[in-house]
Amino acid sequence: MSIATRVTPHQSKTFYELLSSMRFAVSLLTVIAIASIIGTVLKQGQPYSDYVFQFGTFWFDVFRLLGLYDVYHAAWFLLILAFLVVSTSLCIYRNSPNMVKEMRSFREHASDKSLAAFHHRREYASALPTSALAQRFEAYLRVHRWRLKTRPTEDGGLLIAAKSGGISRLGYIFAHSAIVLICIGGLIDGDLIFKAQQVLGLKKIETRDIPENQVPAVSRLSISNPSFRGNVTIPEGSSANVVFINVGDGYLVQDLPFTLALRRFHIEHYPTGQPKAFDSDISIFSPDGKLIKNATVSVNHPLIYDGIAIYQASFGDGGSRLSLKAWNLFTPQDQPHEMTGVVHSHAELATDMGNYRVEFTGFRPFNVEAMGKAPPPLTLKNMQVLGGNPTQGGQGMQNVGPSFEYKLRDAQGQAREYNNFMLPIQIEGRWYMMSGMRSAPNQPFRYVRFPLGPNDTLASFMRLRAAFLNPQMRAEAAQRFAATALGNGAKDAAMEGKLADSTAKMLEIFSQGGFQALGQFIQAKVPKEQQDKAAATYLKILELASYSLLQLADDKAGAAPPPPGNVAGWFIRDSLNAYSDLFIYGAPVYLQLVHYDQVQSSGFQLTRAPGKNLVYLGSLLLVVGIALMLFVRERRLWLRLRPGGVLLAMSAAKKSIDFEREFAEHSASVEKLVKD
Amino acid sequence: MDLVLTQPQPFLKRVSWTDWLFAVALALGAGYAYGQYVDHLSYYERAVLIGAVPTFAWLGWFWKPVKPLMVGIAILSLYAISLYGGDLARMDQMFFLKYLISSQAAIMWMCTFLVLATLSYWVGLLARSEFALQAGSWMTWTAVLMGFTGLMVRWYESYLISPAVGHIPISNLYEVFVLFCLVTSLIYLYYEGRYATRQMGAFVLLVVTAAVGFILWYTFDRQAEQIQPLVPALQSWWMKIHVPANFIGYGAFSVAAMMGVTYLAASKGVLTSRLPKLEVMEDIMYKAISVGFVFFTIATILGAMWAAQAWGGYWSWDPKETWALIVWLNYAAWLHLRMINWVRGPALAWWAVGGLLVTTFAFLGVNMFLSGLHSYGTL
Repeated sequence: MSIATRVTPHQSKTFYELLSSMRFAVSLLTVIAIASIIGTVLKQGQPYSDYVFQFGTFWFDVFRLLGLYDVYHAAWFLLILAFLVVSTSLCIYRNSPNMVKEMRSFREHASDKSLAAFHHRREYASALPTSALAQRFEAYLRVHRWRLKTRPTEDGGLLIAAKSGGISRLGYIFAHSAIVLICIGGLIDGDLIFKAQQVLGLKKIETRDIPENQVPAVSRLSISNPSFRGNVTIPEGSSANVVFINVGDGYLVQDLPFTLALRRFHIEHYPTGQPKAFDSDISIFSPDGKLIKNATVSVNHPLIYDGIAIYQASFGDGGSRLSLKAWNLFTPQDQPHEMTGVVHSHAELATDMGNYRVEFTGFRPFNVEAMGKAPPPLTLKNMQVLGGNPTQGGQGMQNVGPSFEYKLRDAQGQAREYNNFMLPIQIEGRWYMMSGMRSAPNQPFRYVRFPLGPNDTLASFMRLRAAFLNPQMRAEAAQRFAATALGNGAKDAAMEGKLADSTAKMLEIFSQGGFQALGQFIQAKVPKEQQDKAAATYLKILELASYSLLQLADDKAGAAPPPPGNVAGWFIRDSLNAYSDLFIYGAPVYLQLVHYDQVQSSGFQLTRAPGKNLVYLGSLLLVVGIALMLFVRERRLWLRLRPGGVLLAMSAAKKSIDFEREFAEHSASVEKLVKD
Repeated sequence: MDLVLTQPQPFLKRVSWTDWLFAVALALGAGYAYGQYVDHLSYYERAVLIGAVPTFAWLGWFWKPVKPLMVGIAILSLYAISLYGGDLARMDQMFFLKYLISSQAAIMWMCTFLVLATLSYWVGLLARSEFALQAGSWMTWTAVLMGFTGLMVRWYESYLISPAVGHIPISNLYEVFVLFCLVTSLIYLYYEGRYATRQMGAFVLLVVTAAVGFILWYTFDRQAEQIQPLVPALQSWWMKIHVPANFIGYGAFSVAAMMGVTYLAASKGVLTSRLPKLEVMEDIMYKAISVGFVFFTIATILGAMWAAQAWGGYWSWDPKETWALIVWLNYAAWLHLRMINWVRGPALAWWAVGGLLVTTFAFLGVNMFLSGLHSYGTL
């Protein structure tokens, strides 16, 4: 590991010396460390649109040219790594012969002059004959595990040359070869082959979102590709014979030598509700369709088949089938349509308010929610199997049942997202069907609560809602209300008529715009100082008139209306709130989930990494090498025996406290050994 | 002369009868656990269990104080387990459990003793009081005893919550911080004994006290002491070797960094007369970095092998992996620098202190600021 400081006129030799010098190695280690930081600060492998959004078009291009979106595969980064490999190899090439020589040599030809120059030396006088001393010293050194060689000297004396810990030099060779092996193994498993093909124009990435079988051969990698790492998502009951490899802003299709089918995906849970296991029951078929094997893969338990490892990587919905009731919200109909939907596909919806497209985006068979407050926003992105802390479980957590999510896109292409729960949810002692809406993905869902009626269905609310939209029924309900309101006293037809008219007007205003419209009406018609009082009166009348409206609607439908009282009162109030919220709900329909057939999908990662064994071999060498280098100290010891005296000299590759201690021990021992 | 000729004895002959007794006790304990739980252990876990016997026997032989420590941990843990008697509710009912050796109580005692030990070391250093230094040393040992007992009992408690939930308590940030305190203290205690000097304890225990502060904040502000079930990615026998190896690395790097601080203080004339010689601190710094480097290398390789089983590849340039590489490169550079005498002691000491910042970022910063696959401990 000596560094050459001698500068020769030969340029190439200087360059060679620079590359194999320790300073260059240290600089390289530092440069790699700093370069590596970039990739951890800038999130790697994101869609290019995200980067454009983050940096603006100018910096986006600069960073793209620098390869910062995939630093670890950028040409310049690989170049630095190549320098490391070259530099380390040269180091080994340059130092190994010397190391091996040093390891073997006893330096038994050390001259008296050089021994006299040692810092760690001591001389002793002895009356014992040289041969007797030699015998003692040799025995002593052997006991202390020194390897030694004895040479007679010209002056009739002896030189015992001993060494210990020479194996630490082997550690140098091991550790540095290990780095080369690991880098080569890593390169084999990297994307170098594709890179080369790309440069030669033989392959190019696909950026279009097209079905896999339409991807042209130029963007496909053959089954003979020695190393790859790709992903594929397979719904239950389906199969795949390719994986996708994300590269830059596109992808490649890697053909597989077999077909991978997912029979079933299942999640096990802890008693606290956190996921315990993600398992996929898979089957492998040969290209001609013969079943080769069935297996289960789960996190930490991949299946290795034909040199390809199959990992459980993620999961999601694979196209669950949903049976729905579509309730028209702005027509006087009180019966729903039947409808079906499949997650990840869409359905057309023709309504009085125009044509819509329903895009079913997700389904969850259960939702564990912290109850007691409004449900937090839910996202239905592909849930990652890996990483993530278990959520704080336990207190107040409750499964509130299945939910599904969809986007409703109008003719102009504007979309809102909805999240509807299948089961009613109890809030403050009353039951509601919950439907969440948001107009942008980064917003939380705002929930409309549809109240359940006396028979625990939506029928009552929907009848009331339909009745609001029916002018005759509104008028009739207003009549009924006016009659009961003024019931007991002397009949005043004029007054009753007036009350009925104003009630009908109020119902109409409410039916066309909810509480907001009513509020605007009051603001416009009532003097400012009386507005609060008027609002209270109007609300009271609205509630009572709505109750009449509900009675009317229930009578018509042959259903029993809720008996007057607290329950009915809350039902009416909740219904009015829900009805009023419909004006900000943004959809002409409410989709109620009545039945589902869950189909899950499982995301697999498939890898072929032939360099792995090389990397592991390198790793083993690395550990052994480093341990030898750091824990074994190389020392040399000479005993120069002359008639009448002995010289002890010691040297070490690196002076240390341990070495000083050892020298003191040995000089004390020699002192004892030279006496009689 | 015979005396000279017969020393040193081969390693096995230097082993006393207590050493053998210790090894036999370990083997019996492991044998009992094996017989009792063999059906619940995978082949790898059996290998880990069996491998633990020679590992700890060797550790006890190599560094004698480990024997009484491990015996103490075993006695206290078994006593706690017997007090529990399979019922987690006794945690709040039994005096000894509630205030002494339930996992939470024991860990709080560890925290207390570590803070007291730090103070004691400082008193000893400043007042040149051998007694206070000795007391600091004893309190550190006691803290280690309580801390390991706490982890052992926590391991058992996790099974009392539910057999499905049970796991070795090195799975989240709270648990590994306890482990960090213990490992760092132990590594320090080893060098303290080896170099027969206690003054550096004042500096080294500062970093441990900082970790204790974090544990207390994490406990009282975030209730992080709750035992949580393992996410599927962590359900692997690899955790039992990857995490401890990593924390031996982190602990050793921390000790090295604090030796660097001590070195810099002494070389600038601060407390110089009270501290050991500069060469001693330089030597400990080097030794700690050597130990840390070897174990960190092993830990990173084990991590890569685990990743090859769990994440689909031995190296994905995940932020945690990348920062592990950066830490590794940093100390590789340090070792090379020392080798060539390019830079002198103070620069190496500064580099070791800087290394702790890099290591801390790899340990904590990655979890806090960067996302990735390895997000098992969030703040």
